[in-house]
Amino acid sequence: MSVTAPRCMASSGQKPIAEILHPLSGGGDEQQQQQQQQQQLSVTVSVVVGGDKEASLTNGAPVETPSPASTSSLFNRLQLDDDPEADVRDPYAETAETRDLFVTVDDPKKHVSTMETYITYRVSTKTSRVEFDLPEYCVRRRYQDFDWLRMKLEDSQPTHLIPPLPEKFVMKGVVDRFSEEFVETRMKALDKFLKRVADHPVLSFNPHLNAFLTGKDLNKRQGLALLTKVGESVKHVAGGYKLRPRPAEFCAMGEYLDTFNQKLGTIDRIAQRILKEQSEYLTELREYGTVYSSWAASEEELRRPLEGVGGCVATCCGALDDLGDGMSQDFLPVLREYVLYVESMKNVLRKRDQSQAEYEGRLEAAILRKQEDRTPMPAEVEKCQDKVECFNADLKADWERWQSNKRQDFKQLLTGMADKNIRHYEKCQAAWESLLTVLQDKQAEDKTHETN
Amino acid sequence: MADSGRIDEVAVIGNTDVTSTESENNIINTMVERGTSLLKKMEINVAEAEKRTGKNTVNMQETYTVYLIEIRPAETVPEGETPTAPDTLWRRYSDFELLRTYLLVTHPYIIVPPLPEKRAEFVWHKLAADNLDPDFVERRRVGLENFLLRVASHPVLSNDKIFFLFLTEEKGWREAVLETGFQDKVDSRIKSLSAMYRVKNPDKRFTELKLYSDELNSVISQLLRVRAKVADRLYGVYKVHGNYGRVFSEWSAIEKEMGDGLQSAGHHMDTYAASIDDILEEEEHYADQLKEYLFYTDAVRSVCRKHELIQYELEMVAQDLIHKKQQKEDLTTGTVRVFSLKGMTSKLFGQESQEQRESRLAALDQSIREGEETLKEKNTECQEFVRTACEDIERFKEQKDRDLREALISYAIMQISMCKKGIQVWSNAKECFNKM
Repeated sequence: MSVTAPRCMASSGQKPIAEILHPLSGGGDEQQQQQQQQQQLSVTVSVVVGGDKEASLTNGAPVETPSPASTSSLFNRLQLDDDPEADVRDPYAETAETRDLFVTVDDPKKHVSTMETYITYRVSTKTSRVEFDLPEYCVRRRYQDFDWLRMKLEDSQPTHLIPPLPEKFVMKGVVDRFSEEFVETRMKALDKFLKRVADHPVLSFNPHLNAFLTGKDLNKRQGLALLTKVGESVKHVAGGYKLRPRPAEFCAMGEYLDTFNQKLGTIDRIAQRILKEQSEYLTELREYGTVYSSWAASEEELRRPLEGVGGCVATCCGALDDLGDGMSQDFLPVLREYVLYVESMKNVLRKRDQSQAEYEGRLEAAILRKQEDRTPMPAEVEKCQDKVECFNADLKADWERWQSNKRQDFKQLLTGMADKNIRHYEKCQAAWESLLTVLQDKQAEDKTHETN
Repeated sequence: MADSGRIDEVAVIGNTDVTSTESENNIINTMVERGTSLLKKMEINVAEAEKRTGKNTVNMQETYTVYLIEIRPAETVPEGETPTAPDTLWRRYSDFELLRTYLLVTHPYIIVPPLPEKRAEFVWHKLAADNLDPDFVERRRVGLENFLLRVASHPVLSNDKIFFLFLTEEKGWREAVLETGFQDKVDSRIKSLSAMYRVKNPDKRFTELKLYSDELNSVISQLLRVRAKVADRLYGVYKVHGNYGRVFSEWSAIEKEMGDGLQSAGHHMDTYAASIDDILEEEEHYADQLKEYLFYTDAVRSVCRKHELIQYELEMVAQDLIHKKQQKEDLTTGTVRVFSLKGMTSKLFGQESQEQRESRLAALDQSIREGEETLKEKNTECQEFVRTACEDIERFKEQKDRDLREALISYAIMQISMCKKGIQVWSNAKECFNKM
């Protein structure tokens, strides 16, 4: 059983290490992983303008398509938002007449999946801008997505002040994340954020915003973005990866696997060579046996003994054949399976290393950022750390299990090899012993005849 | 192979874990019967081999091996007393060859025991091909002793004077042999070859024997050849297992609990790989036993050839006599045979006088009488030859059946021993694996 941090989903004990997505593939944290999964299932969030049918997110969360009523309500809301109060609040807001991008965040809905429970909000857009394909959009977004957006905006627009988001971290147990009040508060804040962005003359034209609002492949870009971001940190750490080597115990594992792999290869080669030599020996032995039989044909007194020897040799040939079959069917395949096993174990170690590298890279970056603008430790970094720790713990536990299994497997394999050889010799011995009895009996018979 | 007569020198072929019954069998079924002929009187053994250098006939330095022959009167030694010191002399291989050639010529109707091979043949390992190789020398020593014992136990050969001198007279022996003038009796190759093709009434016994001998020669040659290949391959199989020893040892270094088991198992693999050397060395004795009979076939063939020659000569003499008798008849009856020279000349030069005819007749009569004598002699010779040869052939056949069966038994024992060793080693290894 693995030790898991409460929030850490990525490396729970329920999932084997090997199945955990590679962080660089976009599964850095659970949210991204989820979206990665969504993306992998290649479903785009479909938006139907008009119509009653509800499009749904891949996780089953329904997307409320705007009914004509809601469209008007959108307008209404826009209209409502166009109250002077909003204008006063938002200095960047354009006059109602000139504004061509209207966004709204509303309709919070709770989603329950096996992994988690969360809230999504409806993000409605109305626009006449050419950058948008359609005049209207309606998507569902959750807090994560807003967070992402903000991050993206920060990256791409470093000179601008990006509107803040409501507080990300919520103390569980202190505040109920799903209470109406909380949700309402958050929603409003998100709405405000989005509106400010949408109203910003520069930010509103940001392609990330476009993606966010239109429900385009948020994930891919996200992944890529993550890639670049991590790429930077990896670059940062790539030298760092060398600077900060594997922890000793994992190093030892790696070395062990390398040596073990080498030895497996040698054993495989030896076994194959033995099979080859035995096969050639068998060919000669067969001929050897036939010579005895043909000799027997020209003898009288010696016919039976010679035929007996020929028969024994033939029996030994059969036994040798069986030995060879046994080795190639039972021994070699198992040996080769272990070579693959070692390979996959090495891959897991590598993944662990990459996970650590990513974490360390982000940590460094985060530390730098923290020093700059006092933003709190980003969630991803903590999540990364969690992931690495889980990874390590899981890996250690898995390693012990693997070692134990390996010992059992090889004990079985090698005793099997010994058994096969013993059986081979037993068969041969039995054949020769029975021949010997016959020969010696005949001899004794002859002796008594002679003396008589 | 051959028993020297002393219990402690019974050659138990290779197998040291032989049971008491098996050991009994070995003593009972020795190659050479004790208590016959010369062996009744003396114990013979070829004790040692030594290297010598000297000048040969063409005055060149050469290295050769000499063998020490010991003879001791066959007497029971009373308790507590040491046996009398043996008489010894040194002989080299060429001396043995000379002895054998002499025996072949002097006793042509006897299947003369063969000598061990001059050069190592049917070798499975290149190392064994060297004549000066100690293992080869040792096996030759055993072979020479076996030869002497076989001759000494032969009812006819053991009584040969030259053989006795060979064992007793170191210095003057060669001269004595040459003095016998046996070289004159050596039949030319051409003579015997032509005889082979022209015998009109071949003796079925000898033709069958010759056929059998050829078959035996062929099959034993084949057996020895294949056996050498088998030995070579088996060597390879065992030796490759030695690699397990090394890899298990290396592997054990990176293991914790598995380490000890692997390490000890590796040692057993080394033992297994090393065991093949002794196994194959033992098998060489078996090969030597087969080789003896391979060479025996040559002796059998030469007896058959001798018979053919004698038969041929007999037929020639008989033919000649018939021809002469015919001539006499012609002369007496005055028959002129068409196309006879005499007839032609008489036609051409006229009839001969009565005197001439009579003298010719007398000469013919004489010739016929002589011819009849010769025929009688030849007949007796032939019959005698056939009688003694058949006796020896029977003796040989029985010996061969006995010896070869014994060889097969010892071969089976060797194989069993090899299997037991194999089981032992792998069981040990298995124990180690179980401790992993």
